[in-house]
Amino acid sequence: MSFVAVRDVERSYMLNPGSPFRKPAVLKALRGVALDIEEGEILGLVGESGCGKSTLARLLLGIEAPSEGEVTVGGRPISAFAPRERAKLIQPVFQDPYSSLNPRMTVSAAIAAPLEIQGMGTARSRAAAVERMMEGVGLPRYLAHAYPVQLSGGQRQRVAIARALIGEPKILVCDEPTSALDVSVQSQILNLLIELHREFRLTMVLISHNLAVVRHLADRVAVMYLGRVVEIGETDVIFNRPRHPYTRELLRAMLLPKKGKGLPELSLSAEFPSPVNPPPGCAFHPRCAFASAACKSQAPALAPIDGREIACHHPLME
Amino acid sequence: MAPLLDVRGLKISIPTHGGLLNPVRGVDLSVDRGETLAIVGESGCGKSMTAQAILGLLPRNARLSAERVAFDGQSLIGLPIRQWRKIRGRRIAMIFQDPMTAFDPCYRMGDQMAEIVRWHRPASANPRAIADMLARVGISAPDERLGQYPHQLSGGLRQRMMIATALLCQPDLIIADEPTTALDVTIQAQILKLLADLQAETSVGLVLITHDLGVVAGIADRIAVMYGGEVVEAGAAEAILGAPRHPYTQGLLDCIPTPGETGRRAALGYIPGVVPRPLGELTACNFLERCARAEAVCRQRPVALSGLPDGRAVRCRLVADGRALAIHEPGREAQPA
Repeated sequence: MSFVAVRDVERSYMLNPGSPFRKPAVLKALRGVALDIEEGEILGLVGESGCGKSTLARLLLGIEAPSEGEVTVGGRPISAFAPRERAKLIQPVFQDPYSSLNPRMTVSAAIAAPLEIQGMGTARSRAAAVERMMEGVGLPRYLAHAYPVQLSGGQRQRVAIARALIGEPKILVCDEPTSALDVSVQSQILNLLIELHREFRLTMVLISHNLAVVRHLADRVAVMYLGRVVEIGETDVIFNRPRHPYTRELLRAMLLPKKGKGLPELSLSAEFPSPVNPPPGCAFHPRCAFASAACKSQAPALAPIDGREIACHHPLME
Repeated sequence: MAPLLDVRGLKISIPTHGGLLNPVRGVDLSVDRGETLAIVGESGCGKSMTAQAILGLLPRNARLSAERVAFDGQSLIGLPIRQWRKIRGRRIAMIFQDPMTAFDPCYRMGDQMAEIVRWHRPASANPRAIADMLARVGISAPDERLGQYPHQLSGGLRQRMMIATALLCQPDLIIADEPTTALDVTIQAQILKLLADLQAETSVGLVLITHDLGVVAGIADRIAVMYGGEVVEAGAAEAILGAPRHPYTQGLLDCIPTPGETGRRAALGYIPGVVPRPLGELTACNFLERCARAEAVCRQRPVALSGLPDGRAVRCRLVADGRALAIHEPGREAQPA
C-alpha cells in the first residue's frame, strides 16, 4: 500500500444550480484518476489549464471531497481525518503569495498560527520554532514583525513555505509555487524546496505548467488531460521519450533559453475542449494527429508500456 | 536608412513625496522593419514604462525627457493629441498582457473590433475583412466568434483576436507587453509562431517585452536586457544567449533549469536581493548591491555602456577592462550552434 493513494477519483461541479435563467450543467473536473505517491517522493502534475490539476490538489488537501472514489493517506481515507489532524499531515503552498497571506498578520504571527491552532508548545517554544523556521527558509530575523505588504514576492512565498512546514507535515502540496515570481526569485524558492525536501523527507506534489521546473524537481510525472491521467512514469523516462502524443506536444512547446532562434511546430489542432462537454472516447482525439475511429468511440485505459503507464490507442513508437 | 523606431537617451522621472523616482534612466533602443527586439528584465526594471513612453501613454505625473524618440523619421516627443491619434493604433499597435481587461466586456467582439478598425482604416471595417483576418490568425468559425462576448472566449482565443485587431490596422510597429505570460505553454508556442509568421509576411517591426528568456530565444533577433531603468546588455540574441557578458544577464540565465544540462535537483544560480527602488540619481553601478563580482571601482561612479567587437553593448566595468571574457562558464559556449 502506497503512502498516498488516489483511487478512481471523480469530482464534478454543478454549474448554475437553481438558476431560473440558465440550464444546469455538470462540469466533471476529474473523470477517474488513480495514482499512488510513495513516501518521500516528489510527484509532478502537468497539463494545460482546465485539466484538473488544481482540483486534484484540493482533494489531496482534503479541502474538497471527491464525488466518487477516495483518497487515502497511510491507508486511511482522508475524509476520516479530523481537520486538525489532516492539517498536521498535509499542508499547501499556493501560487499567489500576495493573496494567500493575511495582510493584517505579521510574519511571525502567520508562521506561528499553525502551532497555536494545534495547541502545540508554549509561547516561548513557539517563538523559538518560528525563529528556527525563518532561518530555515532564509528570512532575515528583522522581518519577524513585518506585514506582508512590506515584503517582496519571494519573501512572501518563503513565509508561506515556513507556515506550511512549521507543524512538520509529511506531505506538501505545491500548486504553482513559483509562477507568480521572477526567474531570479523562482530559482531561490526551488533551491529552498529541494533543500527542505531533503531535510524533512517530505512527500511533495508539485503542480506546475513550467515543465523545466517539474523536470528539475520531480521523481515522477503525471501528465493530465481533461480530468484524466494520460501518461505517468519516472521523470527522465517521460521527458526523454514521451509515448503519449499529448505529452510529446507539451514537451515540444517548452521554450528554452538557448541560442538559435526557432519556435516549435506543434501538431495540436483545435482548442482545449470544454470540461462541461468532453469529447467522446479519448478526450484528446479532436486535437491528436494520430486519431483513428477507435479513439472517437473508446476511451483508452492506462496501461503499462515501456517503463511507464499511458492511456492511448496509438502510443508513439520511435 | 533610419530605423523604424529610434529611441535615444529616454529618461522618465516621477515626483513622489519620498523624492524623485527615476524608473527609466537613459535608454537607447532601435527597431528596424521586420525585426524583433526583445526587452528583458525582472519586474520593476522599467520595461513596461519604456513601452508606455514610446506610445505616449505615461501616467500624467511622469516627466519624460529624451534626446530623440523617433518613429519612421518623425519625432514623437510632445506630439499633440490629434497627431498621436493618427499614429497610436494605426501605425504603432499595442498588444497587452491580459486580453481579458483589454476588451470591453459589454460589447460583442465583432462590434468592438470594427470600432477600432473603422477609426483607423475605414476601408477594412467590414465584417468580411475582419472575419478573413480572424481566419488568418488561426481562429475557426470566425463569424460565430464575432458575435460572442469576451468572457465566452478562452485566453488564447482572446489573445489571437487582439493580434487580429492590431493587424487589421496595418501597423508598421507592434509593441507586445508580455503577450503570452497569461497563457498555457502550448498556446504560447502557437501565438509566438503566429507573430513570427505574420512578421515574415508583413515585415512589421516587433518590440516584445518579456521576462521569459525562453520566449526570447524563440523569437527575438536582438535583445536589450534592462536593469533598474538602464539597458545593461544589448546585442544580437544569438550572441547574448550564447555567451552573456553582463553579470546580470548571466545571473538571469543561470536561474533557469535546463533539461539535460542542469543536474536533477542541483542548486540553481540566483541573484541575491531585489531590484532597487529607482530613487534619485545613480552614484555607482546600479547592479552593485546584487553583483557577485563587484569591486571597489564599481562604487566610484555609474558605469557607461561599452561596445564589444561583436557589436553588442555592455554596461559593466569588467567588460570595459577586457576582463569579462573569463566570466562565463565554459559549458555555455560549448553548445553547438
